Amino acid sequence: MSYRNDPYDPKQAVLLAPEALDAAVAEAEQAFAAAADLDALGALKSVHLGDRSPVSLARREIGSLPPHAKSEAGKRVNVARQAVQGAFDARLAELELERAARVLVEERVDVSLPWDRTPRGARHPLTTLMEHMSDLFVGMGYSVVDGPELELEWANFDALNIGPDHPARGLMDTFYVDLPGLVMRTHTSPGQVRTMLAQQPPIHVVCPGRVYRTDDLDATHSPVFHQLEGLVVDEGITMAHLKGTLDHFARAMFGPDARTRWRPHYFPFTEPSAEFDVWFAQHRDGPRWVEWGGCGMVNPRVLTACGIDPERYSGFAFGMGVERTLMFRNGVSDMHDMVEGDARFTRNFGMAV
Amino acid sequence: MKLSLSWLREYVELPAAVSAEELERKLVDLGIEVESIVDQAATVVGDLVVGRVLEIEELTGFKKPIRFTRVDVGNPEPQEIVCGARNFSVGDLVVVILPGGELPGGFRIGARKTYGRNSNGMICSAAELGLSGDHSGIIVLPEGAGVPGVDARPIVGLDDVILDLEITPDRGYQMSVRGIARELSYAYASAYTDPGAATAPGATAEAPWPVRLDDTVGCDRFSARVVRGIDPSAPSPEWMQRRLVTAGVRTISLAVDITNYVMLELGQPMHVFDLNLLRGGLLVRRANAGEKLTTLDGVARVLDAEDMVICDDSGPISLAAVMGGETSEVQPDTVDVLLEAAHWDPVMVGRTARRHKLFSEAAKRWERGVDPRLTLVALDRAVALLTGHAGGTVDERVLDLDHVVAPAPVLLDTTLATRRIGVAYDVEQVTTLLGQVGCAVRGVEPLEVTPPSWRPDLVAPIDLVEEVARLGGYDAIPSILPPVHGGGELTPAQTRRRTVGRALAENGYVEVLSYPFVAPGVADAFGLADDDPRRSAVRLTNPLSEQEPLLRTSLLASLASTLKRNLGRGERDLALYEAGTVFLPHLTAVAPPALGVDHGPSAEDWTAANAIVPEQPWHLAAVLTGEAAPAGWWGAGRPATWSDAIEAARIALSAAGLTPDRITVRAAEHAPWHPGRCAAIAVDGTVIGYAGELHPGVLSALELPKRTCAMELDLDAIPAAPVTQARHISTFPPALIDVALVVDEAVPAAEVEAALTEGAGPLLESVRLFDVYASAQLGAGLKSLAYKLTFRAPDRTLTVEEAVAARDAAVALASSRVGASLRGA
Repeated sequence: MSYRNDPYDPKQAVLLAPEALDAAVAEAEQAFAAAADLDALGALKSVHLGDRSPVSLARREIGSLPPHAKSEAGKRVNVARQAVQGAFDARLAELELERAARVLVEERVDVSLPWDRTPRGARHPLTTLMEHMSDLFVGMGYSVVDGPELELEWANFDALNIGPDHPARGLMDTFYVDLPGLVMRTHTSPGQVRTMLAQQPPIHVVCPGRVYRTDDLDATHSPVFHQLEGLVVDEGITMAHLKGTLDHFARAMFGPDARTRWRPHYFPFTEPSAEFDVWFAQHRDGPRWVEWGGCGMVNPRVLTACGIDPERYSGFAFGMGVERTLMFRNGVSDMHDMVEGDARFTRNFGMAV
Repeated sequence: MKLSLSWLREYVELPAAVSAEELERKLVDLGIEVESIVDQAATVVGDLVVGRVLEIEELTGFKKPIRFTRVDVGNPEPQEIVCGARNFSVGDLVVVILPGGELPGGFRIGARKTYGRNSNGMICSAAELGLSGDHSGIIVLPEGAGVPGVDARPIVGLDDVILDLEITPDRGYQMSVRGIARELSYAYASAYTDPGAATAPGATAEAPWPVRLDDTVGCDRFSARVVRGIDPSAPSPEWMQRRLVTAGVRTISLAVDITNYVMLELGQPMHVFDLNLLRGGLLVRRANAGEKLTTLDGVARVLDAEDMVICDDSGPISLAAVMGGETSEVQPDTVDVLLEAAHWDPVMVGRTARRHKLFSEAAKRWERGVDPRLTLVALDRAVALLTGHAGGTVDERVLDLDHVVAPAPVLLDTTLATRRIGVAYDVEQVTTLLGQVGCAVRGVEPLEVTPPSWRPDLVAPIDLVEEVARLGGYDAIPSILPPVHGGGELTPAQTRRRTVGRALAENGYVEVLSYPFVAPGVADAFGLADDDPRRSAVRLTNPLSEQEPLLRTSLLASLASTLKRNLGRGERDLALYEAGTVFLPHLTAVAPPALGVDHGPSAEDWTAANAIVPEQPWHLAAVLTGEAAPAGWWGAGRPATWSDAIEAARIALSAAGLTPDRITVRAAEHAPWHPGRCAAIAVDGTVIGYAGELHPGVLSALELPKRTCAMELDLDAIPAAPVTQARHISTFPPALIDVALVVDEAVPAAEVEAALTEGAGPLLESVRLFDVYASAQLGAGLKSLAYKLTFRAPDRTLTVEEAVAARDAAVALASSRVGASLRGA
């Protein structure tokens, strides 16, 4: 049934009849519910809510009613219109939700496509490891000291109780240069000498860095490698403090099970001296002791040469190879990988080690 | 140093069964590094048995005579064995290894057909069993040595345990059976007999041979004995040969073997002269510079004035303490010998050994220190061994020129060990432990400790403390953290190296570490001008490779090689960086002042010494080639260009805490860069590096891909990052105006931007170049630069008129300064 083609007759009030309004509402509700999509719903809006919709036409007829009937008829029309509008809004919300859900499905992408548009960079694991080791000592109140790699022979040898005729001087396979009194440092210990010359105790420093020895490059040796050495000089420092420090460092590096084992040894710059192993539970071939470095109490002759009173102060020193540490900690099997600069080796580590 | 356990057992009472593991642990705890402990019995695998030769059949028709034998090895059937040796007869007892066995060196024995016969095993020589160097024939055992079929190992002496030990350079006394036996006696708390304490005849009024000692500094003791009429053909006894071979010492002749044997046993190096080849009395003196001596190794040596020599009337006949000379060497027919045992200055020997590159077993011991009280005991032991095996008559006269100074007592504070080690040692313990190493301890406080003659390394209290700690055991030392100490931090330079490295890595750069050794040709390949300071580099006098003797003055030299290596391994797209030191030379080579070790150097001396240390600034460099961004499903890739290299420098400077306004980038011509594509990077107006595309000629010379780009900065020249000041953030809306300016194509964009910024005044918040454009329509030699200008006021919403006025002022300054005109205006 449609009213659209009915000629408008102001006298006619049949549209205000409650049944007629109820029928119009029911018809609108039915039509909206049947609308399949937003476009269809849009088309029905003018039919049921537009100027020539039954509820609109009914409103116009109110004027033709007698005054006493106007109020009631007006209320009736309003209720009907609100019902139609409500049905429309509800269906509109429903259809909009459906459309939003459909769009999300349609916009689906393959998130597994590779995104390697920005090449990934990386830091060399020796750099990262040296920083990590240094940081553990910074946390214990140590400063980090750099020193020249082309170093005074005196600082590299003499000041460390390695006199010109000391047998150890022959053992250190030193690179010499065409400038008198200079060598490529064979260890980072001259950095400690420089520290002692620059300040009086208490001294707490670590010296990470590159050192040089005339070894040919092979699977376990490199003529250029890295060390991290530490030095503590203060009143009352004992070998027990050295052990405590190394055990603490070992635990920080390798977990709560780590500890050190010492073997008496000889170094000109420390006395007594020891080489130490570390219990490394994460070794890929099973937990084991691994040779790690050397240590000892600073030889009083070294303190004297560096202008520190060995009667008042004592100290300890220790050192370990960074390459060696990386080799057992991270399972590097060949020194070549660390020194040849193959980008694939570095990339493997990313920003961590 | 290799020694056998049986030899050690002669002087220390070890338990009958000593496990290799326990022995190693104890040696290691004493500070003696163990290379290996080898049970000799295990070096020959399988059945090694005594055999009796039953039949010998001579095989002919081969290149050498061969014997086919039947040998009783204790089985019902005799063993058939082919043998090439001829020094045995039917009925002899021999040593047979049966099929399935294995000789040292992994030589497996099987049953096989050889010389037309079946051979089931092998009759062994001493050399084949690793017992001596004797290849002359098979071992013939003395009658009664054993019955056929029994294990031959104990009979031939293949039942010992061989220790290979590494001795630290301070402990010369450990380089002997005497010394190691002493150490093991502490570890096993067992009885020790000191072979060095044996009594020996002292000096007689008359010497067996005239000797004059001219230099008692180089030689503070010289002793000698003479034996005449020995049997020159007497061989060294088998046990002696075995011990020498085990120790890695070649057997030569009885007299020489004895001197080596005594050296291994006591630690006293000795020399033996053929008495009849000596011309007149001996003179011990310093060599004259340029004097010549041909040593036993056949090398003619030119001597130094510091060397010590033993001379006769003909001149030098021995390079003292290091190696004898040819002319007085013991010969196969030597019957009269002079045995010498002396005590030489360790410093002199060390220098002589290094100077002549003669690191003999004797020199190794001298350098580490030899007991000066041993000469007569060693001579007596040698004389006894010699006459015991080769007969002869001992000259009763003994020469001993003794100028040895007794070791001075060391005063030891009884609390020092406790204070340095952190273990509460009481006085009794200190006294006992020092007594064990041979010190005489007297007094109460301080203790007066006289080290034994074999411990020249014990001269200071701390040396004694070390012995207390070592023998007390390092395991006894507790593990205690030192008192808490504050103040650890990184220096600004260290922090900067980290942040800069991280920033580059986060932007796709891969860090590499290169050796700093470069070839001299790099300077030419880089096209450096003749007067370029980077050309003068420090040179290694003993480089690993003669091709690369120079220390780098630029990181690019080593980075270029690394790049090439990566390309050679199949990489195409590479962005590498390195941070490291470069070595700038001192053009005047002045020696530093001599700095002593008895006190710290004076401030003046230390400053003067450091003035000769070349500058070694930290540089940062990057190289890149191939694609900076790869092609992919998203679209095309982007090749790495000069601008990426400049961007790398900007990334680094930004990470170093510098704001863009302090950085200027301007065109520069600087090798090895492309002159039209090189930027000088300056901070606050000071150039600190360069970036851009490398020169095509350089790339061609270095065999690197075309268009390879690079950057290098002096990290140490970057000023410290200031404390960043906060900027006011305006909440008022911005006014955005675009301008397109036409300028001459030679005008740098940076200058246009600088003019716009300055001209726009304080209302300008940012300026961004978003397009660069050139066309025929625009006109030849011109380019259009399009900028987006953002204006904003801190305190109000800008009116259109205000923004336009600022824009006009910006354009006006660009116009007057760089000739810019508004496009379309």
